Amino acid sequence: MTTAETYVTAAYCVVFAGVLVYVVLIALKLQRLEREVDELERAAHKAAEDERETVGVG
Amino acid sequence: MRVVSRLYRVPLPALAVASLVLMMVALTLVFYVAPNDANQGFSQRIFYFHVPIAFTAYACFAAGAWKALRHLWKRDPLADLESYVAVHQGVIFGTLVLLTGSIWAKISWGHWWLWGEDELVLFLVLFLFYCAYFMLRFSVDPGPQRANLSAVYALFGVVLIPVSFLAIRIAKSFVHPEVFTLHGPNFGGWILVTYCVAQAALLLFAHTLYRVELTGKRLDARLRELRFA
Repeated sequence: MTTAETYVTAAYCVVFAGVLVYVVLIALKLQRLEREVDELERAAHKAAEDERETVGVG
Repeated sequence: MRVVSRLYRVPLPALAVASLVLMMVALTLVFYVAPNDANQGFSQRIFYFHVPIAFTAYACFAAGAWKALRHLWKRDPLADLESYVAVHQGVIFGTLVLLTGSIWAKISWGHWWLWGEDELVLFLVLFLFYCAYFMLRFSVDPGPQRANLSAVYALFGVVLIPVSFLAIRIAKSFVHPEVFTLHGPNFGGWILVTYCVAQAALLLFAHTLYRVELTGKRLDARLRELRFA
């Protein structure tokens, strides 16, 4: 590989790596959002169950 | 503007596939079709991504300023987040411009960076200006004040775009090549075709990333509202 080819490859790899890092960060953010949705879902289920129990006792 | 508003109606997966296809076509043209440059030889191929990435960064900053203006003028409730995401994209593409430019400078001029070059320094100033946008934004609590301050800052930054772009033309001594003149581009044939395809690919790719990030941010905001409801 010539020096020019090495530098061109490096430049394109930098672009690729930059995009890859960005995609990883977005993926991590989406994972966090998924966890938050799960938590909210659990909280909603718990609230619904508590409400049913209260109605049953009353 | 119509083209941009039509792009918003295209579903995200279709947009992602289109940008991937266009990117593959661009890379094929860069490495298999475009001829070697007479002066710089093979290393000139960095140009096909370096220059489109620079214009994409300018486009992102301009879009950020446009959305900031919409926030201040029309009080569009979605504009603040859109402006923030566009500036964020601009900073990402700006980082890539500086990195690819440095590599190209090393092989062409023998230096990673030249402080005497107005074009380089002004782009760095523009880049650092928009980096400071995040410091300002996250130093203020979420709310109308944060949105207004961020919008004003993003609008000020747009003034630096023509300065950065024209610096190369107003500089008396320069090593940075001037590829676009008042009479059009300084190249033709397959070089021009490859450049145009690469530019279209990068713009579409940036728009796809913008839509992905914006969807995530909106989801985040809605979840936060639900949590505090």
